[in-house]
Amino acid sequence: MLKKLILAAPLSVMLLVPNVEAAEKIKVGIVITLTTPASIMGKQMKAAYEVASDHLGGKMGGKEFEMIFEDDGLKPNIGKQKTEKLIKKDKVDFLTGYIWSHVMGASAPVALKAGKIFVSSNAGHSPYAGKMCHKNFFNAAWENSQNPMAMGSLLNQRGVKNLYVLSLNYAAGKQMVAGVERTFKGKVVGKDLVPMAHKDWSAELAKVKAAKPDGVFVFYPGSWGPAFFTQYKQAGLNKTIPLYSVFSVDGANLPVFQKRKMDHLLGTYNTMFWAPDLDNATNKRFVADFAKKYKGQKPSHYAAQAYDSLMLIAAGVKAAGGDAKNTDAVRKGMEKADFDSVRGRIKFGKNHFPIQNFYAREVVNKNGQWQVSVRGTVVKNHAPVMSNECKL
Amino acid sequence: MNYILLAEQIFNGFQLGIILFLLAAGLTLVFGIMDLVNLAHGTLYMFGAFFAATFVELTGSLVLGMILALPAMLVAGILLEVIVLRTLYERDHLDQVLATFGLIIFFNELFLVVWGPEGSGINLPPYLSGLITLPGGITVPEYRMVIIVSGIVIALLLYFLVSKTRIGMLIRAGASNREMVGALGINIKLLFTLVFGLGAVLAGFAGMIITPITQAESGMGESILILAFVVIVIGGIGSIKGAFIAAMLTGLIDTMGRSFIDVALLPFMDAVSAETAGPAISSMLIYILMAIILAIKPSGLFPPKGA
Repeated sequence: MLKKLILAAPLSVMLLVPNVEAAEKIKVGIVITLTTPASIMGKQMKAAYEVASDHLGGKMGGKEFEMIFEDDGLKPNIGKQKTEKLIKKDKVDFLTGYIWSHVMGASAPVALKAGKIFVSSNAGHSPYAGKMCHKNFFNAAWENSQNPMAMGSLLNQRGVKNLYVLSLNYAAGKQMVAGVERTFKGKVVGKDLVPMAHKDWSAELAKVKAAKPDGVFVFYPGSWGPAFFTQYKQAGLNKTIPLYSVFSVDGANLPVFQKRKMDHLLGTYNTMFWAPDLDNATNKRFVADFAKKYKGQKPSHYAAQAYDSLMLIAAGVKAAGGDAKNTDAVRKGMEKADFDSVRGRIKFGKNHFPIQNFYAREVVNKNGQWQVSVRGTVVKNHAPVMSNECKL
Repeated sequence: MNYILLAEQIFNGFQLGIILFLLAAGLTLVFGIMDLVNLAHGTLYMFGAFFAATFVELTGSLVLGMILALPAMLVAGILLEVIVLRTLYERDHLDQVLATFGLIIFFNELFLVVWGPEGSGINLPPYLSGLITLPGGITVPEYRMVIIVSGIVIALLLYFLVSKTRIGMLIRAGASNREMVGALGINIKLLFTLVFGLGAVLAGFAGMIITPITQAESGMGESILILAFVVIVIGGIGSIKGAFIAAMLTGLIDTMGRSFIDVALLPFMDAVSAETAGPAISSMLIYILMAIILAIKPSGLFPPKGA
């Protein structure tokens, strides 16, 4: 018995020591899509979080931190389960990631109820910028309708009078449509929201052809993009009606488009708050280091947002003197956003959404690599329209 | 009413119908003859898509790649039947559903690992990427016409196989009364393997010919499989003729719903409500159709005789 105790004593000390250390480590839980075809975005984001972690030297406010990645499988219920697991089992201090508005809509309430700070790295579910804004909710990306609003302005600038609108039938898809309709001054001659299960647009493309618009607005992110743009060309529409897209032609998709020789996308326009060639020192360093980490590719905006999300959390922890548990101090630090983002300095509104510029971007072939390139600023210092509904 | 649009949408409806038929034909045979609920039938559709995409990339020819992918599908189907599904015939439907659902998850992940999240695709050669102009100014992409024609050819071949050959006679007999066919000394095991292999080739062919349009990606079979189940239920389980007619009906109604329902709703409500209700109602249409047909003919439009 005694022998056992003597043997066990040092063992238990050994077991205890790393536990104490682990408890002091700051933990960031990250929920993104790492399976299903949409993992094309999630994998870029994971690489970007890792680049950000390298740039931070693995520390926030002098304290070591670790990142725990979870996969939502593009399903709201799984995203919610993973969020609960991160809070209860891993005892994370922060939650970030979240690509899809419907996944975020199911997950954010759980994290906010548990008193955690939640940073959306992509999903810009509109109610959180307005009525449902929360003191611990931050968005390091945009509100869903902002980018399509910028697109609406770009369409006006480019003289489009009759527009056909195509989008996906889910929360974000509807908010995208609301955005472009808010600023576009011409006539919307047709509109179709296609169920997410559909990958064949034969019926909708026939309607587009019959409506004869002078521009088509599309929101087909992830793997919907390659399928849609292929069919657009097969229907012969690429020769007659210019395509304008949001969140559909981006750094995650462009290598696929290039590999499949979808030349008709070169020269098309989209809008975004950022581009890989946006001129600032942080962005240059990010783009270069991202390529080293991820197959030599240019980062997408998903990656840029992921990078900024972690940097935002780090700025908060730094302001709180490394005490990640002091939520009030961390939040105040995050509101100031005292760090160099890939889009320049970030200014947050009271709803904790960035107030930012949106740029026109053209798809170009630069040194044999397809990428999106800035072609002027469309709107400056744009805040979500529902910001005033936020009572913070 | 815009007649050109209407005509084009009828074409689009037929094209969707052809794809559904190719999927449903195998599904209805497997379900009807082998009494096996195979949820992984959509996985075979995905197999076809990726096999074809890979062979087309290797050979540089669309036609050659697809021809090579067909025997590969037969082998894949037979292997799947011999290794996994054969053990499920004696079990009840719930076990079959669970096991074949497991196959879906397994293969979806396997394909993600092998081909990556971006999946794969087939670029159409120039001679297939143009448009055909029909009388009256109707234009249809050449390739979609190819799908319709090849689907009709397959349907005719299948009709010939099932109604004019000895093996077809056995298949029909199997659909009507499985036990009796076995009791008459027919090697039912071999028949099952052949039927499953045939179903796999048909599903694979559907996956192949749709890939130049939708591209190939992991999980592509599941959304269309639901429609294929609707088709076999409407058509009568075990009936090829029923599958064909139900597939065309489903394809047409789904396409027409997506095309015209928001316009059709306008007289009854304001534009905003019509926009919201349109997609919801159009995705319900085929299920409403199924409910009506089942209410009138509970075993589908063309149930196999004696079933």
